[in-house]
Amino acid sequence: MKIGYFPGCSLHGTAPEYEASLKLVAKAADIELVEIEDWNCCGATAAHSMNRMLSIALPARNLAIAEKMGLEEVVVPCAACYSRLLFALNEFKLDEKVRMNLQPIIETEFKGNIKILNVLDFLEKYVMDALKNKVDDKFKKKAACYYGCLLVRPPKLTNSERWDDPLRMEAILKKIGIDSIDWSFKTECCGAGLSIARTDIVGKLSGKIIEDAKDRGADMIVTACPMCQSNLDMRRGAINNYLKKDNNIPAIFITQLIGLAFGYSEKDMQFDKLFVPISFSNNNFSNNNDNLKMQKSKVKEVKV
Amino acid sequence: MQNNMTEIAENPSKDTYYSNDLQKWGAEIKNKDISLKELVFNETGEKVSLCYQCGKCTAGCPLSDEMDIAPNTILRLLQIGSKEYDRKVLSSYTIWVCLSCETCMARCPKEVDLPAITDFLRSESIRRHLANRKANNIINFHKAFLHSIRGSGRLYEFGLVIGYKLRAKNLFQDVLLAPSMITHGKLKFIPAKVKNSSQIKEIFQKTINNNRGGK
Repeated sequence: MKIGYFPGCSLHGTAPEYEASLKLVAKAADIELVEIEDWNCCGATAAHSMNRMLSIALPARNLAIAEKMGLEEVVVPCAACYSRLLFALNEFKLDEKVRMNLQPIIETEFKGNIKILNVLDFLEKYVMDALKNKVDDKFKKKAACYYGCLLVRPPKLTNSERWDDPLRMEAILKKIGIDSIDWSFKTECCGAGLSIARTDIVGKLSGKIIEDAKDRGADMIVTACPMCQSNLDMRRGAINNYLKKDNNIPAIFITQLIGLAFGYSEKDMQFDKLFVPISFSNNNFSNNNDNLKMQKSKVKEVKV
Repeated sequence: MQNNMTEIAENPSKDTYYSNDLQKWGAEIKNKDISLKELVFNETGEKVSLCYQCGKCTAGCPLSDEMDIAPNTILRLLQIGSKEYDRKVLSSYTIWVCLSCETCMARCPKEVDLPAITDFLRSESIRRHLANRKANNIINFHKAFLHSIRGSGRLYEFGLVIGYKLRAKNLFQDVLLAPSMITHGKLKFIPAKVKNSSQIKEIFQKTINNNRGGK
């Protein structure tokens, strides 16, 4: 079965492990992901901060191309892209002015007959059934499922039922034998768009998330958004600065875990791309201090 | 005393206390200078008058402690609608530090779309050259980001960071993260490009240069 696929800039840039794991998971579930031809950036926070019509036209061009390719559904793994594409589609359907003005701007015909799936929609709809009997003892770890903002909010756009306390990731992980903790920060913001301009804010917001996950006994944070993952994983410097202590709880993509359950190796799932190391091999769940020290010395070597 | 009151009621300009304000108000109407809240309504369709100041937006906002004006106060200032307060809103740091996490909107009992209002206030604040100086870095980042996609259609992280640093004149922040990003294969040196990049430039031309930023 073929489904449209909009990678977005992150999956081709800072989150290659997310794309690799998603593609292999789709393959294991017998789904072919067809990349939207010549797709462009959705505009993210910058576009909607500066100009509303721009923030509609950029995603709409991608949707129009997908429609032209005959795709009925598009899976958008990045939560930020997902939100922008969904926003553009929604405005196109509801706002007559947008419908009238869009055509000459994107120069492509667009009817608005396309369905947008986020990664959780995709996993629930096409992968869940293939996950029967995939419970594995090596996964006997506690996960903190982190949704962030844009997978669940604004509720009137995403139609999420439990936007303040979603349980969808927990249900998917249960299928492969991972138990999840109950915690308070699953839909708090990680600081996303301010990652470069105000890194200290990212340190504070992501630091609170990591601290709560750790305090409640989680062994790892599971994410479904490349922005959240990169802030929680790569911004450890700013985070540890805020928390005034080192934290080694890893942040991993949900697709990487599901890929392991399908029998792929950690190398296939590109575990080496994660800054904070994690491994399930030989029943030896290691994200301990030795690994952290090793990683630090690795960074030092590169600097020299 | 009573005579005096009815006189004022019939002819407000005789009331020395209010007359100045009324005259100013009249002048504003004459200049067709509409208040910011009306502009917000025209451009986003959001009615700030719906807000009854319960404060849930501020309570849920992850960054209210970083803001100079609390989110509910932004709405209150817009409701009052004086020139002074409109200016205060447009030159606030709040509108720039907002992360658009949408928590305020999700929790608002009156469903006021504060993130949409904030988006419009940002573009209006730039249009009127009132953007808060403290927000320069954030604005520079947005500009560098848009510049990057305007050129190639897709975001080029390395180019974005260089562009931002040149704008922000802050070349040394974050250099320590770059080497480990390279060893983890997360930073590329060749930008990905949309084939039809002239179409992306057209989209920019037809949107950014052609409207006020709202609806």
